[in-house]
Amino acid sequence: MDLTLHVWRQPGPGQPGEMVTYIEEAKDISPDMSFLEMLDIVNERLIAKGQEPIAFEHDCREGICGSCGVMINGQAHGPQPGTATCQLHMRKFADGDEIWIEPWRARAFPVLRDLIVDRTAFDRIVEAGGYITAPTGAAPDANIIPIPKVVADAAMDAAACISCGACVAACPNNAAQLFTAAKVQHLNLLPQGQPERYTRVVRMVETMEQYFGSCTNHAECQEACPKEISIDFIAYMNRDYVKAQIKNRRLLGQTS
Amino acid sequence: MIGELDGKAPTHPLAERWTNHKFDMKLVAPHNRRRFDVIVVGTGLAGAAAAATLGEQGYNVKAFTYHDSPRRAHSIAAQGGINAAKNYKSDGDSVFRLFYDTVKGGDFRSRESNVYRLAELSGNIIDQCVAQGVPFAREYGGLLDNRSFGGAQVSRTFYARGQTGQQLLLGAYQALAHQVHEGTVQLFTRTEMLDLVLKEDRAAGIIVRDMVTGQVTSHSAHAVLLCTGGYGNAFYLSTNAKFSNATAIWRAHRRGALFANPCYTQIHPTCIPASDEFQSKLTLMSESLRNDGRIWVPKDPGDTRPTDQIPEEERDYYLERKYPSFGNLVPRDVASRNAKAVVDQGRGVGPLRNGVFLDFSEAIGRVGVETVRERYGNLFDMYERITDENPYRVPMRIYPAVHYTMGGLWVDYNLMSNLPGLFVLGEANFSDHGANRLGASALMQGLADGYFVISYTLANYLSGLLGEKPVPTHDPAFTATEANVGDRVARFLSVKGTRSVDDFHRELGKILWDYCGMTRNRTGLEKALSEIPALREEFWKDVRVLGGPALNQSLEKAGRVADFFELGELMVRDALHREESCGGHFREEHQTEDGEALRDDEHYAYVGAWEWTGKHNEPLLHKEPLSFESVELTQRSYK
Repeated sequence: MDLTLHVWRQPGPGQPGEMVTYIEEAKDISPDMSFLEMLDIVNERLIAKGQEPIAFEHDCREGICGSCGVMINGQAHGPQPGTATCQLHMRKFADGDEIWIEPWRARAFPVLRDLIVDRTAFDRIVEAGGYITAPTGAAPDANIIPIPKVVADAAMDAAACISCGACVAACPNNAAQLFTAAKVQHLNLLPQGQPERYTRVVRMVETMEQYFGSCTNHAECQEACPKEISIDFIAYMNRDYVKAQIKNRRLLGQTS
Repeated sequence: MIGELDGKAPTHPLAERWTNHKFDMKLVAPHNRRRFDVIVVGTGLAGAAAAATLGEQGYNVKAFTYHDSPRRAHSIAAQGGINAAKNYKSDGDSVFRLFYDTVKGGDFRSRESNVYRLAELSGNIIDQCVAQGVPFAREYGGLLDNRSFGGAQVSRTFYARGQTGQQLLLGAYQALAHQVHEGTVQLFTRTEMLDLVLKEDRAAGIIVRDMVTGQVTSHSAHAVLLCTGGYGNAFYLSTNAKFSNATAIWRAHRRGALFANPCYTQIHPTCIPASDEFQSKLTLMSESLRNDGRIWVPKDPGDTRPTDQIPEEERDYYLERKYPSFGNLVPRDVASRNAKAVVDQGRGVGPLRNGVFLDFSEAIGRVGVETVRERYGNLFDMYERITDENPYRVPMRIYPAVHYTMGGLWVDYNLMSNLPGLFVLGEANFSDHGANRLGASALMQGLADGYFVISYTLANYLSGLLGEKPVPTHDPAFTATEANVGDRVARFLSVKGTRSVDDFHRELGKILWDYCGMTRNRTGLEKALSEIPALREEFWKDVRVLGGPALNQSLEKAGRVADFFELGELMVRDALHREESCGGHFREEHQTEDGEALRDDEHYAYVGAWEWTGKHNEPLLHKEPLSFESVELTQRSYK
């Protein structure tokens, strides 16, 4: 396949960037290559010409580490549903296609270089409460609390989030509700998560709001999510957040 | 000088060894812990678990990762599960059986004491993870579910769909994030360790590079923990993540830490075969698939009919045929070598004839497509995305790929290297898997080391340093090493050659795969030993690293590949010296009549630990003899 690529190039944080077009470098692409292998080839050709390669984030290349992620023709992770950029293969494109490749576009994710953005705002949300306090060694036997299979499955559906940031990039408001809801509900659904349920949701939602926009129910996040996480979790998170405001948290043992 | 290597395993009876050792070790009282600074490099299962636990206990922890977030470490990609001797299935499991299976699975080249401790701690890990909210698979009654893995005849593997590593890492990451929030752990992301600093032969700190700004800085501490994973990427093509590298342990090796059993590499039998020369990495299909998938090739090498037209009697289910009691669930090394054998016979399948079938039609007929989807759905989807073939309809094609490295820095029973104050955890050390790792035991080891071993053994070490301050970073030990690191970085940028880093890496990988891969022989190894140094020379003369020190992925790769060259040479040297076959190390000269690995216990029942003696000198071999008190050394049989 011969392609025409338009790629966002930006030398560093806060510096001006531009779309650069590559035609020669994007010829003879095999449809069996992954999207990132296609970028590898382009980079090898750029290096051969003495030009700096395109910086892009990637690591596991099997859709689980969440490192990769670019806007491909305006879609986060490209055209295939439920697929991270690294799992997308060139057979989803046609010979002669023009492909526009941009970094995630979100104020909370500043560009570090080319297609690489800084997503550490996600870690701040998790640090604020995305855990169950369980000091090492203090745990009771694993089978002491049975968990209905449907509950464990629902928690796993939420926990499948790979923190790639596609939900934020796809959202017209750059909201991080889907990410935060997945993180909150993974723990809030489980019996082990109940003691900190309401403090968790308040702290995580309020930290989220320091960085990200507000949710207005576009549901673009769900469409873009490579793990197909449902926006139902946002509803559950909102429910817990509202409850946390109303309930007498002191009586529930929630003192902060 | 390093004398006879002492594993420092206590001498109590095996089953009481760890318990008694915990009592014998010295403690650091809670109010004294904040006087100690601890560096943790790497935040995968071992590193995140260790940093979180030590932070909780009150130490000052600095944790370093080259990722943007600890949650991206490659532990996240482990699919199938984690073993634990819970015996929830009441099918005959016990701590001793898990210990026995692991020692046997490792082909009797691991240290009994370590393995027993690992088996003993396995249950605590499951308890800890469930308490953290890891959503393990459950039965309808709400209790935990198990499945089977290779090398065992009991069902002891706990799993979270095909994403067990992800869920365990998220548990450890969340515990770590909690400690970051509490201020006990200071987290440095996008920061790579480029050297170890020693002061009077003790680990005193590390030199790191900020990968965004390019700035090189020093960090000192009372102890350094390396939890930086394995070195499978020396082969270029592997199932490891692209950034996985050996630089931290290799730099420590060059500072004097012994490197044990570098030739023990695990080739995982169930990966998607390579499709072309641009392949950037290989994708693993979880071993759990072998619970229900049947492996076969056509009996006739010329048979290219579609699989549904090949009748049963013209198929060779070679694992079931050769190993009736373990069948498709033989250990990884055995499954891999047998796949290579049938492909080498010309019976490989697929367009490049480089794979074998993993067929689910029998399982779909037996339990139904929905149950198969429930068990393996995400793996089937992953397979289809890559190959454009639907494994519900046609058999998967699989072939072995480099996956895990059993070798690593030498550590004693306390997980301390021969350099005082330098501890090594998880895949980065050599300790628990001998010459072959059984499935679902890497996660177990990383978490055992990080959650349950290091806090005791580190306290024992630190208790002797009470009242001592860490070496200041303006000490010449730091400033000199920092200057060296800066020079090395500058050197990569100044070569200005013609070939990209990946180009060199691919060529190195091919040498290692051809001569030091699934099978090895003297002629090939000797060839590799002459080719690698020549290619390394060329690398330093002709590598092209464009750009500057700030965020430069080619520069990051250059440093890692330069280290893989040196490590690759040591792997070959180790493989050449070990004149026997054991586990993942298969020397063609040493095999039984029916082609199984033939050990030489009389001469090679030892850990081979290599000492760096300088760039132009041959490394020095030290031996730690392995003695087996509780298991009898036998020829492994899975028939």
